[in-house]
Amino acid sequence: MATTEVRGLGHSVKRKEDERFIRGKGNYIDDVTLPGMLHMELLRSPFAHARIVSVDTSRAEALPGVVAVVTGELMAQHNLAWMPTLSGDTQAVLATDKVRFQGQEVAAVVADSAYVAKDALELIDVEYDPLPALTTPQQALEDGAPVIRDEKEGQTSNLIYDWEAGDKEATDRAFAEADQVVELDTFYPRCHPSPLECCGCVADVNPATGKATIYMTSQAPHAIRTLFALVAGLPEQNIRVISPDIGGGFGNKVPIYPGYVVATAASLLLGKPVKWIEDRTGNLISTGFARDYHMHGELAVKDGKITGLRTSLVADEGAFFADAQPSKFKIGLFHIVTGSYDIPAAHVRGEGAYTNKAPGGVAYRCSFRVTEASYLIERLVDVAAHELGVDPAEFRVQNFIKPDQFPYESATGFVYDSGDYEKALRLALEKLGYDDLRKEQAEAREQGRLIGIGLASFTEVVGAGHGKQYDIAGLRMFDSAELRVHPTGKAILKLGVKSQGQGHETTFAQIVAEELGIPYEDIEVQEGDTDNTPYGLGTYASRSTPVAGAATAVISRKLRDKARTIAAHLLEASEDDLEWDRGRFSVKGAPDRAKTIQDVAFAAYTDLPDGMEAGLEGVHYYDPPNMTFPFGTYAVVVEVDRGTGAWKVERMVAVDDCGVRINPMIVEGQIMGGLTEGFAIAAMELITFDEDGNCIGSNFTDYLLPTSWETPSFELGETVTPSPHHPIGAKGVGESATVGSPAAYVNAVVDALAHAGVRNLEMPVTSAKVWEALQEAGLAE
Amino acid sequence: MADTAIEPTTAQTTRAVSVTVNGESHAAEVEPRLLLVHFLRQTLGLTGTHQGCDTTHCGACTVLLDGVPVKSCTVLAVQADGRGITTVEGLQQGAELHPIQVAFREEHGLQCGFCTPGMMLTSVALLQENPNPTDEEIRWALSGNICRCTGYQNIVKAVHHAAAAQASEGGS
Amino acid sequence: MYPSRFEYFAPTTLEEVCELLDRFDGEAKVLAGGQSLIPLMKLRFAAPQALVDINTVAGLDTLAEESGGLHIGALVRHKTCERSDLLGGRFGALGAAAPQISDPIVRNLGTVCGSLAHADPQGDWGSVMLAVGADLEARSSAGTRTIPIEELFQGPFTTSLQENEVITGLQVRDPGPKAAGTYLKLERKVGDYATVGAAIHVSFDNGTVGRAGIALTGVGPANLKATAAEEALAGRELDDDAIVEAARLAAEAAEPQDDVRGSAEYKRSVARVFVERGLRAAAEGRSDG
Repeated sequence: MATTEVRGLGHSVKRKEDERFIRGKGNYIDDVTLPGMLHMELLRSPFAHARIVSVDTSRAEALPGVVAVVTGELMAQHNLAWMPTLSGDTQAVLATDKVRFQGQEVAAVVADSAYVAKDALELIDVEYDPLPALTTPQQALEDGAPVIRDEKEGQTSNLIYDWEAGDKEATDRAFAEADQVVELDTFYPRCHPSPLECCGCVADVNPATGKATIYMTSQAPHAIRTLFALVAGLPEQNIRVISPDIGGGFGNKVPIYPGYVVATAASLLLGKPVKWIEDRTGNLISTGFARDYHMHGELAVKDGKITGLRTSLVADEGAFFADAQPSKFKIGLFHIVTGSYDIPAAHVRGEGAYTNKAPGGVAYRCSFRVTEASYLIERLVDVAAHELGVDPAEFRVQNFIKPDQFPYESATGFVYDSGDYEKALRLALEKLGYDDLRKEQAEAREQGRLIGIGLASFTEVVGAGHGKQYDIAGLRMFDSAELRVHPTGKAILKLGVKSQGQGHETTFAQIVAEELGIPYEDIEVQEGDTDNTPYGLGTYASRSTPVAGAATAVISRKLRDKARTIAAHLLEASEDDLEWDRGRFSVKGAPDRAKTIQDVAFAAYTDLPDGMEAGLEGVHYYDPPNMTFPFGTYAVVVEVDRGTGAWKVERMVAVDDCGVRINPMIVEGQIMGGLTEGFAIAAMELITFDEDGNCIGSNFTDYLLPTSWETPSFELGETVTPSPHHPIGAKGVGESATVGSPAAYVNAVVDALAHAGVRNLEMPVTSAKVWEALQEAGLAE
Repeated sequence: MADTAIEPTTAQTTRAVSVTVNGESHAAEVEPRLLLVHFLRQTLGLTGTHQGCDTTHCGACTVLLDGVPVKSCTVLAVQADGRGITTVEGLQQGAELHPIQVAFREEHGLQCGFCTPGMMLTSVALLQENPNPTDEEIRWALSGNICRCTGYQNIVKAVHHAAAAQASEGGS
Repeated sequence: MYPSRFEYFAPTTLEEVCELLDRFDGEAKVLAGGQSLIPLMKLRFAAPQALVDINTVAGLDTLAEESGGLHIGALVRHKTCERSDLLGGRFGALGAAAPQISDPIVRNLGTVCGSLAHADPQGDWGSVMLAVGADLEARSSAGTRTIPIEELFQGPFTTSLQENEVITGLQVRDPGPKAAGTYLKLERKVGDYATVGAAIHVSFDNGTVGRAGIALTGVGPANLKATAAEEALAGRELDDDAIVEAARLAAEAAEPQDDVRGSAEYKRSVARVFVERGLRAAAEGRSDG
């Protein structure tokens, strides 16, 4: 019996999920239609901060086609006007006393059609008494500032937390002994993951059975289900959350949004399914934004080496502290800020403030605030290199953690699993032709042209995480894989994570293929239905491969062990005498005496050793022993137009190391997507507010997403440094490019102007900002 | 704002339309304000055309109107009366996939799949007009279709792939 | 993203169009490309009682040379202009502008005349027509009249069109046997409005400038004709000194505001740079700037 090659790890096999997507047969939330389904639209506050004086819904209720109008008051009667957030705070579901950000949910209309529901919104009369809006954390933290969360007992200011990590004394000592201190103040602007598909749900509470089936754009269906049970008081066994196909998540689809709660409550009250699909304005103005970090960083340098890093930051958390992050960390994993560098002493301090803006902060492929940290250190290192007159590549190499230092314990307590930073950097420089480019840059300067080269050598941290340290609202961050091999040798793998485009139906099948020798085409992968998958914490922060991927490898190996026993039984040999050659057990020295995995699978149901349980099936919940640490070097070349300040990426080289690559094609796709989002953040994405708290950036006219025309082309390279603690040596890669690339782009534009004394440019680096710098530096046309 | 715009007027409240979609005739009574994207998705149940924004930017709703890409969220269903529309569901012929569909799969030109129907239809129209486009021409033609997942590079490869496939088909 | 209710008409003659506009007495809007109107209606910033669709009226889609100039009918799409050979050369400003309007899909439906009637102060065609020179044909039940482009715009989204008038087309004026021009647009991304746009047109007369047209987008409450700059060029050779001077005057005439796209000073400077680059291109017979 010949075996065809089973393609497991390292193969760029085509994706199985594509079959339905290319036919337009995906099943996204807005494709879900149930009999008798009603449609819900939300009324949003026009004010950033205001008392609600009165809400009159009578005209809306009278409109033909309207079934119900839900207010905060109605929700309060059912104890549902407020809900807990993933950060231990509370958030208004529908406003009762006050509105606290422009766009906040105030009421909901349920009607026969979304068109009529929208008509009815205009007939709801809300009287507001506007209050001063606090639009920066600095404003919010001033003495005497109005308290935004005046409904919270004991809340006397707008300060949420004051958090630190590292060793302050050791750091102070390093700074006292430094030759030179390099400082940078920089702001990582508020941006938004803006997946192409907005958030939504179809809530179907069956009045006869009491079972609530909630179709929901959720990256974490199991966790959401448990939280729903706690919030809504519905018995957990009666709640089924189904995440269908998701049109992009990027962290936007992790939190519980008021719309989900109101739709579920409406379905419960009306006994009919209720669909709520937000529009793009709702998505941008109210759902989980990203970043909004005011950062200060200092490097202590002695004899050309970095000896200390001191950082402080103020986080703009919006009106409710709703970050989706492990509960023990207030500023996520920002303390990875020492990055790729061997820095003996570091201290991090972070304060969080309420402001009159939408809640959120941890989103947009940030690996729990690693984007912010990586940006700060890579900008600081570049500023330091320029100030010290050292080439930015060499300065990095001089300060890199060396390969023989792994596992490396950082000054803030991370234990980096593996890395070879110089190798990745040298490869990037080689692909770029760095030395020649520096010459070209100098020559161009003579001709009045501005070329810039920017580097970023990031190390990030993903794979949350070990249960003792990592939990979301108390739920430990293990993840799971349940594998059943059928009698005919095919298999079904069910996971506790949930893809939103990352290709799990293919990559996780490849893991099983590698371990069990079953072709990936024969393995069905299921995710997203809480009734049909093992409990897991979901997909975000690049954790699927490190955690659920490990669980998949482990359970596959367990089944392989059982398969070996069955094979030995079938071959009438001892287990020790069997050899395994992916998919086939054979007797040592007698290779024709063999049984395939398919033979064994059939036998698991038909011909078992005495006393053995039938079936070839099992579930594993994997508790990672440590995080994983993907890394890489990105190099960007730009040219700046001296007349307009516009800059164009001429080349973008990205060398990534995410350990073992399951499917190189998919890994590269993830990287290119992230490099594009990094470009967007560096160049054009911004959500900002005027002094009245009006949101600018709540639609695609103002919130700019790059098209195929602006987006650069990417040259990709790789090094492979496996994770020693991961069963297949993989690290996760989904967020590496958003983590590492913004600094590379910004470093390049600054580098183009650095010779004239320009030290820093703030994101988004618009042509206008570049022009102001050109003008000041005497370089403008 | 007056409420009169919300109340149905005493005059016509619906209008008859007759549209050919993917070669099939459909007749329906629709409100004039019904957007083509909703006509396709809700009236006809063709949910392959998606909606991603509310300001006519993203192009997820792109369909071909008599072979020309249009953003169906910014066209009224009544405007399609007597016209022919191609949606993503109309790309494959029987069981045979359109070369563009094969190309997107082969070149990993999609991840979440949400922009893909619109992206493929715009690509089909491009190749109809320009059977052998350059990278630049492809990127220019697709600049009305936003993708958040792929970074566009594999989409460009997919269009080249389809162009080559169609060229060799035509040649043989 | 759902418009309010309205009545919809698809007349087949201009007479019917005019009759409907009279009947609804200012509460009806003409629907041509719909790429500006429908988005407004979806956001409910516009809620007309009726839409009069002129797409079903024959004879409005002609793009042709006429009397040395160019006739552009009411239903000529941006895409038709982008593809047409007629819009290069003497009409270079139009040819350069057409591919830069909005995005390639919107260009399939949006119309030149519709853009002008919409009168977005950041609209590109307004500057182009002010630079090159054009006359619009307006039709109502009272008859036809000609509106010179200089008299069309009255303010943001406001034109001198009567409520019962519909634009049936426009005539781009004959630029003479030797002319060149371009349109330079700085936008943050495809589909964005211009941060700064500059429409440049030069009609040559025996090697010197016969008539110059310079109009700016995004640096004033409406499309801005830089008359002083134009007059400074008349009769002069289009040499470096003349170009720099004209650019300076054009920048001076600009009235930019600080906003998310940049400071007033920035926009003024870009206007100057663009007018310089555009005039250099025209001098060399190029339209790329």
